[in-house]
Amino acid sequence: MIFEELEGKTVFITGGTGFVGTALIERILRTLPNTKIVLLIRAGRRSSSTVRFKREILKNNCFDLLRNSLGESRFEEMVADRVKIASGDVSKDNLGLSEGDVRLLGECDIAIHSAATVSFDAPLDSAVEVNLLGPSRVARAFQDASNSDPGKHFISVSTAYVAGSRRGNAPELSLLDNSLYPEVDWGKEVKAARQLRDDAELNSRNPKLLEEFQRKARREIGSAGIALLADRTEKLRKDWIRKEMVELGRARAASLGWPDAYAYSKALGEMALSSSKLSIQISIVRPSIIESSLDQPYPGWIRGFRMAEPIIISFAKGLLKEFPGVPEGVIDVIPVDLVVSAILAVAAKGPKGGGEIEHFHVASGSVNPLRYESLVDMVRSYFQEHPLYDNKGQPISLPDWSSPGRHKVQSEISRASKLFNLAEAATSLLPLRGSRLNFTKELESKKLEIDRALTYVELYGSYAECEANYLINNLDRLRGRLSKDELTAFDFDPRQVNWQDFVSTVHLPSIVEHSRVKTTPEKATVSAKRRSDRQLKDILTEEPRLVAFDLENTVVAANVVDSFAYLATRHLGGAEKVVMAASLIAEAPSLLRLDKKDRGDFLRYFYRRYENANTETLHDDSWSLLSGYLLTKAFPDALWRVREHRRLGHKTVLITGALEFVVQPLSPLFDEIVSAKMTINDDGTLTGQVPGTPPIGEARAEILSQLARKYDFSETQTIAYADGTSDLPMLERAGVAVCVNPELKLMNIARRRGWRIENWSRAHGSPSLYLPIAKVR
Amino acid sequence: MTSRPGFVLEVDRSTPPTLLWHGSSYRLEKFPKGTRILYPPEPQEPLVDPRGAIEDALENPVGTSQPLSTLFKKGMTLVIAFDDVSLPLPQMQAPDVRQLVIEAVLEKAAAAGVDDVYLVAALALHRRMTEGELRHALGSRVYDAFTPRKRLLQHDAEDPSNLVDLGTTDQGEVVEINKLAAEADLLIYVNINLVSMDGGHKSVATGLASYRSIRHHHNVKTMVHSRSFMDMHHSELHSSNWRMGRHIAAQGVKIFQIETTLNTDTFPKLFDFLSKREWEWTLKDRSAFIASSKSLQASPDWLSRDIMHKIRSPYKLTGITAGEVEAVHARTLNKVFSQQLVTVEGQTDILTMGLPFVGPYNVNSIMNPILVYCLALGYFFNMYVGKPLVREGGVVIISHPNKAEFDPAFHPSYIDFYEQVLTETTNPAEIESRFEESFATDPWYIHLYRNGNAYHGVHPFYMWYWGAHALDHLGGVIVLGGDPKATRRLGFQPASTMMDAIEMAKSIVGDDPSITHLHSPPLVMAEVI
Repeated sequence: MIFEELEGKTVFITGGTGFVGTALIERILRTLPNTKIVLLIRAGRRSSSTVRFKREILKNNCFDLLRNSLGESRFEEMVADRVKIASGDVSKDNLGLSEGDVRLLGECDIAIHSAATVSFDAPLDSAVEVNLLGPSRVARAFQDASNSDPGKHFISVSTAYVAGSRRGNAPELSLLDNSLYPEVDWGKEVKAARQLRDDAELNSRNPKLLEEFQRKARREIGSAGIALLADRTEKLRKDWIRKEMVELGRARAASLGWPDAYAYSKALGEMALSSSKLSIQISIVRPSIIESSLDQPYPGWIRGFRMAEPIIISFAKGLLKEFPGVPEGVIDVIPVDLVVSAILAVAAKGPKGGGEIEHFHVASGSVNPLRYESLVDMVRSYFQEHPLYDNKGQPISLPDWSSPGRHKVQSEISRASKLFNLAEAATSLLPLRGSRLNFTKELESKKLEIDRALTYVELYGSYAECEANYLINNLDRLRGRLSKDELTAFDFDPRQVNWQDFVSTVHLPSIVEHSRVKTTPEKATVSAKRRSDRQLKDILTEEPRLVAFDLENTVVAANVVDSFAYLATRHLGGAEKVVMAASLIAEAPSLLRLDKKDRGDFLRYFYRRYENANTETLHDDSWSLLSGYLLTKAFPDALWRVREHRRLGHKTVLITGALEFVVQPLSPLFDEIVSAKMTINDDGTLTGQVPGTPPIGEARAEILSQLARKYDFSETQTIAYADGTSDLPMLERAGVAVCVNPELKLMNIARRRGWRIENWSRAHGSPSLYLPIAKVR
Repeated sequence: MTSRPGFVLEVDRSTPPTLLWHGSSYRLEKFPKGTRILYPPEPQEPLVDPRGAIEDALENPVGTSQPLSTLFKKGMTLVIAFDDVSLPLPQMQAPDVRQLVIEAVLEKAAAAGVDDVYLVAALALHRRMTEGELRHALGSRVYDAFTPRKRLLQHDAEDPSNLVDLGTTDQGEVVEINKLAAEADLLIYVNINLVSMDGGHKSVATGLASYRSIRHHHNVKTMVHSRSFMDMHHSELHSSNWRMGRHIAAQGVKIFQIETTLNTDTFPKLFDFLSKREWEWTLKDRSAFIASSKSLQASPDWLSRDIMHKIRSPYKLTGITAGEVEAVHARTLNKVFSQQLVTVEGQTDILTMGLPFVGPYNVNSIMNPILVYCLALGYFFNMYVGKPLVREGGVVIISHPNKAEFDPAFHPSYIDFYEQVLTETTNPAEIESRFEESFATDPWYIHLYRNGNAYHGVHPFYMWYWGAHALDHLGGVIVLGGDPKATRRLGFQPASTMMDAIEMAKSIVGDDPSITHLHSPPLVMAEVI
């Protein structure tokens, strides 16, 4: 039936970049040589639909089998011949198609709509736009493009979970015909969702909230400058709206008896499609939880990280002590290739006719149930045999399963999460930098993992407790119409799955491979070293580079205050030195406060102290400052790194808020020094004033760009070394960022962005508390 | 009272534990029966009237030289070069012998109406001296008189405007020295001859030379063929310096050499016990030992280091000779040997030594691992005439904490040498060919050498070459009490007790080894027969 009926047909597919969509395309290309495809793909922000097709679909390992059997060039030829791309978007009316693409759509015989927002915690409005309105919108566009040709067949891929949190048998029927479902006016739902979105947008602009976002942004990235703070604040505002919409979606879904916004919007999408009164024919396919493939294109093929995987991996990592769920409950899983076969069979069989919509469950629960308890046992014994390894190269042992309720697990995890938050807050208060913060790395990643596990348990827990029984009478009837040949290529009988085999030899190995967890007892230090070597190679390249260094805490562990103290005490007697040092120490807290608030103001305020100082004396003293103080406080690795860059022919610059005469002795180290310049009185003494913007904070990013232009480099050819969040603008602007002894905030940012972190220390041997008081050696 | 000569003690059951330097502290060790301990001669009696002796030497020069006062002419340019802070060790109690000599010379010059006078510290590639160090070596009177007029200078081996190329020796060695000194009407060199390596032609040919010139004798090949460089007649280092010195004289540079020798009275009263023979310790010595070693061990490293570097030695002048370089130096050597030489019969399998807190290159600073290496294998190992105290294939055991600690202002290139070079190789020849040039010509090191107080970028290489002969000769080196990581970085083995160290040495030299301990302080030199 399938071979004949789809021969010479053209199939329109949405959602090609998704899990089912990719498998569907591959199967048609591989097994139905005379069937053509038109793909609807949304153009990305930077890449066109065609580019996305090549990058996100064809590059997937799903096509390996086909590519290898044909060879690269014949494969490309075949794809070019059989696949056409229409650029459009399912959330736009008429899919936003161009005239040419409308014609393309009109030439299709069958449309398979598999595009959806699959995330269970999608914001209400986007779930409504895509999942609720999507099916009827695509169907209508298909009908309009083909001039209401009644021979056209529209297949919508829905989900078995539209049945909602209801117990007992779920038949393959329209929800509208089922008295268990409340009558919902989907039009009103759409309107309300859009209204709620507007409200959230409004509410997010409440001054109090804005203030809070700002405070939070500052806490996260510190004094990184207005531009970055504004960016961050705006992102926090958008996150807040999203969170609100997710919450609203969950609440609305629950109020109508669906576990989440996904099932709710899919269900309403079916209802909208049923009541849309179209002239084309419609079928609906409802798979249950789709997991990796049983057999095609190869056993274990999977795309993306799906719902059960994060939970399984968290468990194997020892993060999740328990699996939430009802032990004797059924977890309804179906391999992706069975779903694809079923969809193609539905397409081949054609519509029921008479304007009636036919529904097909593709689910295993009613005929070949996988009990929750046995799934957990399989997972446990698999990971006992093939354990994951921790950072120290030790296998992770698994906790016993005691089948607690979901709520117990939830509270257990959220307790852990709270603990980690507390630990993090405590560390951020400590004056730690660089390698002393290494322990927070683990803290941070554990916290992320726990948060993620918590989300998954919250989201998917209800699926492990679902006690609906999805009947597959229609599916069985459909299977009866397959020929013998078709039974080998397109068998979608859920009874063929041997769960034990599937879970332990197909599914788990596949997801372990996908999740990139440690499966060998290699120590983390080894892989970390390899990563570090790789990073260093990118930095110390022979390519031309412009390298910018911050001074304080990047090259030397000194600051403007102690260099002042050194210079000021240089010509003082013993007792006066002590007085001077004591007065600075007494002033330290207020100086620190000012520095935290605005570095520019602090510098200007502090530099007043140089008023009336003799320039000539200072110039001479700066040499003694170098060997008497700065070198002792310098990081030898930093000095070496600067010269390594120079030896590679890189241009090196020092960008610092320190005064010109203080950094003057460092001049042979750099090609150029950008520093604060103090004006001089007519009598040769200093005015104590620094006109213009000192080279700090945001100004540094601009200076980096200017220097790049001056020396004829592109911004990607720049490298920046800095230590604090106030340098974030420069680090972000640079092609490569290197954080030196970062404080916690910057360290977290650096880890997330994969920036190199250097932990440089002073040469050992000097007393750790080295007072900035000049002494005679 | 005359001083007793040095001698070799054979350890038996009645021998008390022996004192060993251990960085800025010391330890007592019991050696196995039969171990030989080399005790240095006691400090010689000093000259009774140093000022009179100086006057006498200046006016009765040796060799072909005329009395100093006859060399002065009105209107002439006089340059007085002097040894830098690397001598003596530790710094001597004021007045420093350089001050005494220079004051005497200056008085004579002034009397003759010579007023175009410069003082030049003969740094070679050493760090510039600090104000405090210059004041100590020259006295404040001289310092304050010369500094404001910019007539107290420090030799700058990287200053192209003040170097003069005097051509090459018959072996093709470039002779390039301080221009001011070379072109002066008279160059007086004031030296302190603490060990037999110092002085002679080396004073000017090395002390006032440029890197271009020094590299001809400070290299692995020369060092391996200097056996030892404490014995100038078997030292390639000295042959090269002598060729250069004679070349300098032949180019018309007029040098009046003043060499001084000191006795070995190294420590002030409080630390008397350090130089005493252990069985002669009095109750006072014992309590001083316990009190000082306990308090040094309890202090943080930097503090005990600071305390030790504040020690000023009560060194006394034992001899002064002036005049023509070679004739002067011959007399000086005799004097040095008479103070330090001890005759030893036969070589040993294992040589043990305690290293003190200070060597020539870390005055007022930190003895980093490279300096530990150099002091042990460059200096102490080479304290012999004839043949090395330890046999070929033997083992040296060094007592020193050997921590990876550095002075970033004085030894910046040492840090990089330790982190970047020694992590690659410890082979002197490979180090020389692969890394020397980039360090020697690094503008940052040159900048710090010229303007700061840093040793020249190439200096750690010289330290490494200094030990090349020992590395070549020895079967192994063990650092007793040495930081394991830093010790292995040097290519040595760490041991925690003397017994462990000796056991480890046995795996190299075989069972039942002969052991010899070089007792210091004070300095001692072995004549192995």
